Amino acid sequence: MLAMNYRGPYRVRAAHKAEPEIEHPGDAIVRVTRSCICGSDLHLYHGLVPDTRVGTTFGHEFTGVVEAVGPAVQHLKPGQHVLVPFNIFCGNCYFCQKELYSNCHDTNPSATAVGGIYGYSHTTGGYDGGQAEYVRVPMADIGPTVIPPDLDVDDAVLLTDALPTGYQAAEMGDIEEGDTVVIFGAGPIGIFAAKSAWLLGAGRVIVVDHVEYRLDFVRRYAQCEVVDFKQVGDMAIHIKKMTDGLGADVCIDCVGCEAAGSFAHTLLGVKLKLQGGAAIVLHWCINAVRKGGRVSIVGVYGPTFNAVPIGNAVNKGLTLRMNQASVKRHLPRLIEHIQAGRIRPSDIITHRIDLCDVADAYHLFSSKLDNCIKTVLVPPSALAA
Amino acid sequence: MIITDAQQNPPRNQAQRHSHIVGWGADLDHAHRPAYPMERTPPRLPHAVPPPEQQHSHADVLVSTERPRITPVYGTTLPPKGLSGWLRRQAFRHSENDIRHWMMLLLADRVNMGEGLIDDLSRGHVPNLYAEMGGRAELRHNPMGAARKAAIGIAALALIALALKRRR
Repeated sequence: MLAMNYRGPYRVRAAHKAEPEIEHPGDAIVRVTRSCICGSDLHLYHGLVPDTRVGTTFGHEFTGVVEAVGPAVQHLKPGQHVLVPFNIFCGNCYFCQKELYSNCHDTNPSATAVGGIYGYSHTTGGYDGGQAEYVRVPMADIGPTVIPPDLDVDDAVLLTDALPTGYQAAEMGDIEEGDTVVIFGAGPIGIFAAKSAWLLGAGRVIVVDHVEYRLDFVRRYAQCEVVDFKQVGDMAIHIKKMTDGLGADVCIDCVGCEAAGSFAHTLLGVKLKLQGGAAIVLHWCINAVRKGGRVSIVGVYGPTFNAVPIGNAVNKGLTLRMNQASVKRHLPRLIEHIQAGRIRPSDIITHRIDLCDVADAYHLFSSKLDNCIKTVLVPPSALAA
Repeated sequence: MIITDAQQNPPRNQAQRHSHIVGWGADLDHAHRPAYPMERTPPRLPHAVPPPEQQHSHADVLVSTERPRITPVYGTTLPPKGLSGWLRRQAFRHSENDIRHWMMLLLADRVNMGEGLIDDLSRGHVPNLYAEMGGRAELRHNPMGAARKAAIGIAALALIALALKRRR
C-alpha cells in the first residue's frame, strides 16, 4: 500500500509498505478516506519529538472504512465509515475510568506520561498513522465513531483532533459569561478555540499570531479581535492595555514548542534542543493573564523541561490546566454543534492533496505557503471513489 | 416620569451583545460542557468495555522502566536495529524522569537518519532530496525563496570547493 514515509527532519516521501494486519483480537483494519496533517505533525517533521524512527508513517487525524475486524470486536462492522480519535485508549484503565482517554495507561509501553497516539513516534506507542491507504486501529470497539449520515466526511475528519482540541482548550479555561479570552496561535487549533470560546459565553475573544493571512482568516471565521505580535512591543503590556490594566481572564496556548517571538527561546528550545521547545507563549500566557486567572495549554512541548516564569504564576494565583484532548468524550456535543449549524469545521480546509504528493503537502503547511491553514491528504483509492 | 440614562439606553446583556455570533453561549451552562468536571466516573462510552486482552507478538518493543510490564496493547512498527537501535536500548535503561533517556533518543534519531540514507543506497535507491523536501511546492508557491535557497546552496558548494582546492 501507499503510505507517507518519514526519512529524517524535513524529509518525507510517499512509498509502498506492507499493509497492516490484525495484531490483537480487538483490532480493526481501516481503509483511509481522509487524513489531515496536524500542526503537531510538524514537530515530528522537524525532528523535535524523541524516538521518531525513520520509516514511520505519521497521521493521527483520519477517517476511513472498516475493512476487517479482529475476533474480539463485537460492535464495529466492516463497511462502516468511521472517524477515528487520535487517542488510542482502552476504556478500562484507571484513567479511562475517569474519562481521561488521552492519558490511557494501557496502550503505550514506551512512556507513562502519554497514552497511545497514531503515527506520533515510538514515544506514544510505536503505532503507524493514517497518512496511508490502510491503518491498524487497536481497541476498535472503543475509539472509532461511525460517521452520522448527515455529517460531511471533511467535517468528520476535523473531529478526530483539531476541533475537540480547540474546544477542550477553551473548556479548560473554565470560561464564564463575559470573560476576556486571549488565544495564542491562529492555526487550526487556535481558530477552533476562538470559535469555542464564544460557545462557552466569552465576552471578548482576542487571537494573537504574526502570520497575516491566518489573522485575517480567524478574524472573519471566528469574528474575533486579532493582534499581530510583531507589531507589539511587549505582549503582557499590550494585553493589559486592552483590558483596563488587569490582564485577560483566560489565556490559551495553542502554539506549543515551535513558537516564534523570542530569539532566546527559539535558539535554546528549537535549534539547540536545550529545553523542550520554545516556551515564549507560556511566558506570554502567565504574564498577560489577570491575577486569579486561568491558563489553558494544548500546545505540544517536548518531554524534557522548559524555562517558564512559574514564580509569577504562583504570585498571581493562577490556575494552570493542560492536557491532550480526550476526543471521544467531546464527540456527541461537537457533532450536535455541527448539525445545528453553530460551527462548520471544514471551512478551515484550504488544501486537499493526493497522498502521492505528501512531501509537497508537508512543505506547504510547514512553510505556510499558499495561505495554507489546513491540509487534507486523500489516498489514491479514495480519490478514485 | 423621569427617564434615566440607564433606562433610555439599557445596558445590553452579553447575549444581546453577541447575538450576531451563531451559537454564542450554547455551552455557557456547565452541564453542556462535555469535559466538565475534568474527571467523570463511570465513563460515558457507548458499550461496556472489558479489560483488553494481552497482545502477543515477537516484535522487539522497548518498555519504559517506569512500567512493571508491557502494556496489553502496543505498536509493533520499526523495531530498534543498528547503531540507532543500540542507542535506543541504552536510553531505555533510564527512566522518563532522567534527561539522558530523552537526549539519547534524540541522538538515536539523528543516527537513524544516516542509517536510512545508507539503507536507501544499499537497495539501489538514490533518494530524491529535492522532492522529499517539498522542492516542487517551494518552486510553485515561493519561487523567489526557491531561487534564494538555490543561490545559497551553490555559493556554499563553491566555497567548499574553493577551500578544498586551496588545501591541495
